[in-house]
Amino acid sequence: MFYIEKSCAIQHQQVLVDGQLVTHEPDLEFSEFVKKSFRSLAIDYPKFYKMDGLSKLAFLTAEYLLKGSASGNVALVLANQSGSMDSDLKHIRSIQDPDNFFPSPATFVYTLANICAGEISIRHGLKTENVFFVDQQFPTELVYTYTSYLLQSNRAQKVLCGWVEYFQDNYRAILYLVGREGTQVHSVGNIELLF
Amino acid sequence: MTELKEELKGKIIEVLNLEDVASTDIQDDDALFGEGLGLDSIDALELIVLMDKDYGIKLSDPKNGKAIFESITTMASYISQNRTK
Repeated sequence: MFYIEKSCAIQHQQVLVDGQLVTHEPDLEFSEFVKKSFRSLAIDYPKFYKMDGLSKLAFLTAEYLLKGSASGNVALVLANQSGSMDSDLKHIRSIQDPDNFFPSPATFVYTLANICAGEISIRHGLKTENVFFVDQQFPTELVYTYTSYLLQSNRAQKVLCGWVEYFQDNYRAILYLVGREGTQVHSVGNIELLF
Repeated sequence: MTELKEELKGKIIEVLNLEDVASTDIQDDDALFGEGLGLDSIDALELIVLMDKDYGIKLSDPKNGKAIFESITTMASYISQNRTK
């Protein structure tokens, strides 16, 4: 049997870890909100400021779950609705005018949704299985089944799962860490309670 | 040249999102890559775009980049000799 060991939700200018309110900044837009939340974690990681919105959101949410833990063999199973559309549109805008054609390499590298999984992996030194689904809503049963398989087959010691959606400053991240210890059983019903 | 160097510092901070770095933190001869500002390969590409967009300089030979982007001083020197806008 596996367990949901920890969870973190970032939405509505709030950070909740295991359902407990950590931060609430009702007056801050996304960029300022994530910057302030990131600084509160006292991490020396300048690359954070160069990430796109989706990666900042995923990185920050994962940080609350993985910081300080021996994260080595943690697989990633993530999903969202908009993929990397926010960065895709920024990139498209930069190449529409033939007379002012200056695509930004720093924007272009984020025009794939699973780059945010890469940012988490780099930060925590993960060389593990990862997958990123794009769907209208969180594919609970699919993620549950795949996560269970990864753990049962010992392809991962733990799995960081969840939803990380960002598009034009609308955002919602709900990530949870599934492992072999804990009290909250890893089940479709308990996953749905997180959402 | 001094004015161009200050302009470059401001542009680099803005374009490369160097949070918590002020113009006064960057010395003219500081290394931009490696031990200095710690810029990476994507930053190098952004600097190439900056040279083209703001100064009309197209760097066609990447081998020249290492010397040009060594510091603010080397960048400013190259720009002042080759700018078309």
